[in-house]
Amino acid sequence: MDTYPTPSAIWIHAGTVVDPYTGKEAQRDVFIENGVYVESPEEGFFSHAHKIDATGMVVAPGLTELQSHLREPGETHKETIETGSQAGAKGGFTRLVCMPNTKPPCDNPGNLRLIHDAIERGACIEVFPTGCITMGSEGQSLAPMGSLKRAGAVAISDGGKCVQNNEVMCRAMEYARMIDMCILTHCQDYSLTENAVMNEGDWSFKLGLRGWPHEAEDLMVARDAILSEKTGAPVHLQNISSGSAIDIIERVRSRGVPITCEVTPHHFTLTDAVLQNYETCYKMNPPLRSEENRQRILQALKQGVIDCIACDHAPHADDDKDVEFDYAPFGVIGLETSLAVTLTELHHKEGFSLMRIMELMSAAPDRILGFASKAMTAGNVADCLVFDPQETWVVDRHGFASKSKNSPFLGRTLKGRNKVTIHRGKLVYSEI
Amino acid sequence: MDAVGNWTRKHLLGLEDLSRDEMDIILSTARSFKETISRSRKKVPALRGKTIVNLFLEPSTRTRVAFEVAAKRLSADVVTVQGSTSSRVKGETLKDTALNIEALSADMIIMRHSAAGAHQYLSNVVDIPILNAGDGAHEHPTQALLDVFTMIEHLGDLKDKRVTILGDILFSRVARSNIWALNKLGAKVTLAGPSTLVPERFRSLGVEVCHDLRTSVTDADVVMLLRIQHERQTSTHFPSLGEYTALFGLNKNRMNWLKPEALIMHPGPINRGVEIDSDLADSGRSVILEQVTNGIAVRMAVIYLCMAAAEREHGGMPEPLPH
Repeated sequence: MDTYPTPSAIWIHAGTVVDPYTGKEAQRDVFIENGVYVESPEEGFFSHAHKIDATGMVVAPGLTELQSHLREPGETHKETIETGSQAGAKGGFTRLVCMPNTKPPCDNPGNLRLIHDAIERGACIEVFPTGCITMGSEGQSLAPMGSLKRAGAVAISDGGKCVQNNEVMCRAMEYARMIDMCILTHCQDYSLTENAVMNEGDWSFKLGLRGWPHEAEDLMVARDAILSEKTGAPVHLQNISSGSAIDIIERVRSRGVPITCEVTPHHFTLTDAVLQNYETCYKMNPPLRSEENRQRILQALKQGVIDCIACDHAPHADDDKDVEFDYAPFGVIGLETSLAVTLTELHHKEGFSLMRIMELMSAAPDRILGFASKAMTAGNVADCLVFDPQETWVVDRHGFASKSKNSPFLGRTLKGRNKVTIHRGKLVYSEI
Repeated sequence: MDAVGNWTRKHLLGLEDLSRDEMDIILSTARSFKETISRSRKKVPALRGKTIVNLFLEPSTRTRVAFEVAAKRLSADVVTVQGSTSSRVKGETLKDTALNIEALSADMIIMRHSAAGAHQYLSNVVDIPILNAGDGAHEHPTQALLDVFTMIEHLGDLKDKRVTILGDILFSRVARSNIWALNKLGAKVTLAGPSTLVPERFRSLGVEVCHDLRTSVTDADVVMLLRIQHERQTSTHFPSLGEYTALFGLNKNRMNWLKPEALIMHPGPINRGVEIDSDLADSGRSVILEQVTNGIAVRMAVIYLCMAAAEREHGGMPEPLPH
């Protein structure tokens, strides 16, 4: 691991501050002392502060990721909380929400305490654990959500699994509302996706791979929306990939149903056409969809129907992915490419403002889980990143801090690169 | 033979990206081999000293035996490895299995695998030629080549000939390879069967889709029946084999719907009494066993051509094609 200087004072000079919490964008210097932002530094600050020349760069609140799979405990050959947090820091994140689909699953306070220990031991940024909705994430009986909350879980989720039993999901929402917990849920009807490995469409027919219809997602989005309306429980729908699911979300939200949703950078960038060579780095859940769906996602991001971007960081060892397509596990990494892909696709190609992108990647996810503001105002804890929106770079497997290299963007040229990440006033990543 | 010199592929992974010219090279080479295998001494020395591994990770009789016979008639040494007797059952990956086969100095792998794309994956793992003997529901190129070879023997040029492929298209690699082959040869392809097994989306491959048996077979020059792969499907794709037979089975009465000269084909194995009645399967209009025989010639051609391309890649000269 790289070690960075630990100055008590940091002076970020001449960057453009883009702060989605305050809505302010301006070129100014940022001063950090003893972990917090200061408005007017005292005399002597400039002589001892660590100076970062941010000319031409953007300074923004640290990013928040709502769906990272950090594999500890159980699969630490793929990732650990330490390496996952380093990957997050490299990508500009200062907050990661980690999923409970560890081995064993985080369905009791004891397991959660293990994860907390690992966080205290190795995390270089803030890592927030979640607890399971159901015991073992098996969808049968409720996990002790209240005890999990007391032990520090920030939300509940069955990770990459979807509760199939409607009554169990309904009770989970009623219970979650009582204890004021948000449910993060993955939307997938298993009966429509048995043995499915890619989007059902022209490409799956051509390639002879078992198709995964978007209706499998739509049905569960509709189910969760109906139950959210019934129970009043806030539900956050993870990695939405279907255009018609977005239509459902748009419709029910107009009635005030408390649901929010996210998309991944790979779903608004790639389509199922990239699967034509059966490359397992494109195998993910939900699968990459058609261009039509991708366009609907872009439109929904513009309209604000989609609340935030989450990369669904799912590390897998090379050996696991180096097999026939049918046998490869679902999932790709994303923490270190998420910002750059978003800048490339949404800012440079689609004209999204930097403020909107920071809203999608920082303020909105914080709001969904009720995290403290990361506004860059005096007295607030200094969690921020400095990125160059113009730098082009090629994604190289040797450049990842993550233990795993299963990125769908390997070899791609991206425009925009994180240069510095500061967490609680400390440099946790720096290329400058 | 000039045609052989124009063949540059050492792998045969599918027919989708093969050109019409490349298909013609295979078919003309197969014609030469068909002539040799009708002699009393059927062997030719073309691949003497070469070792071919038949890696069949999914059950097969006719394709496995046809490839084995084809390779032996080319004088290659053949080793057959089957999934149930390989280290795959101990958890060995396909990559390691193939690397070991290559390290044992095999010159070619002919593989059948239940996973679509497995051959493409393997062609990036090893340096020796890979022939696709069936990959999941993706492609079965030599089956389609022997099918069109048989059709051409009976019908001549296939341009504008009507070919109806009837049955389980969704799960069929034979259908997909035939679609690519027949489209390249200018035939008009209709896919027929229940909507659950023949989704409308197949039209994107440049074919017609029909869910009525009578309509689909009336103008056909060829009716190719496909096996209902009931072992692959859950109970959701059609109500029962009886229901399938009632709606889509070919029997004596329904034969009147076909043109008198229409060919009946089937890649096998046949579910007698399901897709087709025994009487018809064994009748003079059926060319099912001719397909099997032609499979030897076509596979000899493909093995020979790919081995020759691999030889040339490594600076060697292939043995000339016998006359």
